[in-house]
Amino acid sequence: MALIHEFIFQGAQMLLVLALAPLLTGFVRKVKARLMRRRGPSLIQPYRDLARLLRKDVVLASNASWLFRAIPYLVFAGTWVAASLVPTFRSGLLFSWTADLIALIALLGSARFFLALAGMDTGTGFGGIGASREMMIASLAEPAMMMIVFAVALIAGSTQLSTMAAFMNSPEVGLRVSLGLGLLALIVVAIAENARIPVDNPATHLELTMVHEAMILEYSGRHLALVEFASFLKLLLYVSLIACLFAPWGISTATAEPALVAVGIAAYAGKIAIGGFLLAVFETAIAKMRVFRVPQFLGAALMLALLATLLRFVSRSF
Amino acid sequence: MTILDTIGSTQTVGSHRPWPRAVVDDAGWARAIDEFAAGRWTLSGLWADVDAVHMAVISGANEIAVLTYQCSNGRFPSVAARHPPAMRLERAIFSLFGYEPVGTPDRRPWLDLGFWDVAHPLGKRGAPQREPYAFLPAEGDALHQVPVGPVHAGIIEPGHFRFTANGEFVVRVEERLGYVHKGIESLMAGATIERGAQLAGRASGDSTVAYASAFARAVEAATQITPPARALYLRALMAELERLANHFGDIGAICNDASFALMHAQTGILRERTLRATEACFGHRLMMDAVVPGGVARDLNADGEAQLRGLLAELRARFPRLIELYDNTASLQDRTVTTGIVKPEYARQFGAGGYIGRAAGRNFDARRTPGYAPYAELSFDVPVLAAGDVNARVWIRIREVEQSLSLIEQILERLPPGGVATAIAVSGPCEGMAYAEAFRGDVLVWLRLGDDNRIRRCHLRDASWFQWPLLETAIENNIIADFPLCNKSFNCSYSGHDL
Repeated sequence: MALIHEFIFQGAQMLLVLALAPLLTGFVRKVKARLMRRRGPSLIQPYRDLARLLRKDVVLASNASWLFRAIPYLVFAGTWVAASLVPTFRSGLLFSWTADLIALIALLGSARFFLALAGMDTGTGFGGIGASREMMIASLAEPAMMMIVFAVALIAGSTQLSTMAAFMNSPEVGLRVSLGLGLLALIVVAIAENARIPVDNPATHLELTMVHEAMILEYSGRHLALVEFASFLKLLLYVSLIACLFAPWGISTATAEPALVAVGIAAYAGKIAIGGFLLAVFETAIAKMRVFRVPQFLGAALMLALLATLLRFVSRSF
Repeated sequence: MTILDTIGSTQTVGSHRPWPRAVVDDAGWARAIDEFAAGRWTLSGLWADVDAVHMAVISGANEIAVLTYQCSNGRFPSVAARHPPAMRLERAIFSLFGYEPVGTPDRRPWLDLGFWDVAHPLGKRGAPQREPYAFLPAEGDALHQVPVGPVHAGIIEPGHFRFTANGEFVVRVEERLGYVHKGIESLMAGATIERGAQLAGRASGDSTVAYASAFARAVEAATQITPPARALYLRALMAELERLANHFGDIGAICNDASFALMHAQTGILRERTLRATEACFGHRLMMDAVVPGGVARDLNADGEAQLRGLLAELRARFPRLIELYDNTASLQDRTVTTGIVKPEYARQFGAGGYIGRAAGRNFDARRTPGYAPYAELSFDVPVLAAGDVNARVWIRIREVEQSLSLIEQILERLPPGGVATAIAVSGPCEGMAYAEAFRGDVLVWLRLGDDNRIRRCHLRDASWFQWPLLETAIENNIIADFPLCNKSFNCSYSGHDL
């Protein structure tokens, strides 16, 4: 009976992230538009875009290999599983016992690897440029992410997200410098990973400046829909992750009553909205940086995360 | 020493106004090329006619003349062999007329992309030749090519850019243009003056007032007609409104290419307000066909004047805050400062006009030199900077917006009463030329009229002819990702260049 219960919650979690991911992107776009005194597209426009792309035919380059066709499914599946690992409104998810934060990084890393392969598969100049830039970003973002995980895991005593969330919610956490540094580093990594300004511009039409978009320029139809959906999911994943680790208030435990679950859902919705709003404000206030400044930006994240880990060894109270 | 004295033995053409035109021999033509190569004169235009090639020359003392080389055998001595700015003009002459520049280092076609039904459509027509186009080579280890365009990911004009890069660093970029060739010069031949004015106004839609004014003034110079003073003031008013709208659009678009969309949205509002005011005043947002030979087509009424005063008040209140935003956004400055530097010596050699030349130390503004009515009666500054980077080009635009606001104020103060048009009458074959300062630089119009009120030959030279080549030099040692920013800060015309 308990297992069925767990299955239902894990299933609900998977469907929730799927249903919510386009809405978050739509919300960020809407807030950005309002900040620029535009009316902006409707909140549900990303859903319409996905539906439109799914209906459309796929146009394939004549020299595209089977890999090019398989990769959208791999990327989407990997990102979806990763997104359903992060506790949103309720901790103690079924998948938590099999996959922890390090598995999550591995899933996202594999998705990125495949997408870079797809970028180079058709042999266009832009795909190659995008893939090379993406790898440059990844080579710094992934170590930074690992250091963040270590820093937080050393404090929480686990890399399992449900346990970490439960620990962060308990009074024994206290105010710690290393957590503050970890949060800053995680935000920087999240910006880079999601191809947001100032690292990449998700709304640009300039082929030569693109990173993520350059890799997927050759995709169309349902393939493009899946790749786009994966990037919506990734944004939701990172906002959820930041909320789960650094603002776990309201997440109900596995044994909680239905009323507390409802509170958890409301709290989660609020946290996502705040995260999306802050992202939109940040993106509006800043210009994109030069490509070769990105390593410095991500290097700062790596150093912050390293510092957060080292501080733990200096004193237990950090 | 005047241009014609320097050239020596010449045969001056009578009915060419307002500046002289002289037919020169080989020695005179070679002398002119010497002066270009020595940097004493600036080549301001090179175009072909029936069995002749003309060049417009501006001397160091800002004297202007047209030199003509008769080439009945279809060959003329290449200017580009010793003065590179003439290269694309000569290639265009070859593609359009079939006249062969003798001694040119580059014999590839220009504008003719191999899609035309005939070769040399303006000269001796022939069967088209379809040779593959050879891009200039760049050799070295680890170099790769990135072809960009003519179809782009965004909705912009078509042009092909061939990058050779080492990773992110650009080793060479070569432009290939001509995708929006409309055959305007073919359409001009035999057209009536009214039709010619419409065609000129459509060479580059964003500079329609500048083109129409230059065309109108060339016709007026040829036929020796002076339009009423009110018409001249209204033309200047329209030209400054056009400059305002384009500079607002450019400043925002440059920032948008650095992904700072906030500025784009804000300047977009100012541009829209300006365009709505011009529509209310002159019946068309871009003021197309508002300037006609002999005067202007629409007068400004009291209501329009009030609208413009309201517009000025709003722009004066809002624009300083945007300048502050630009100046105080460190992330944006980081992108624009020292990016895409145009060397001052290139700006001088190519005679680059507009904000590109003025941001690289070349103090040239057609409103000042040669100057035209009514600008001598108005007070304004021509901002010049030395840095030559994207930031300098933005600042030139910002300063020009301020100058245009002041000019519009002065024009509204002094707008003389009276009529706005005079009739044009052609008494016999005559030739005229005129410069006008469009927002992106000096536009040159040269034309020959027949006695039947029709145009025999008309040449429109956009400022972009001397700006596009500089973009290739500005991107060197920059990274590929910064090219869109450089390109937007140039904002050269595709349409005006491709004709």
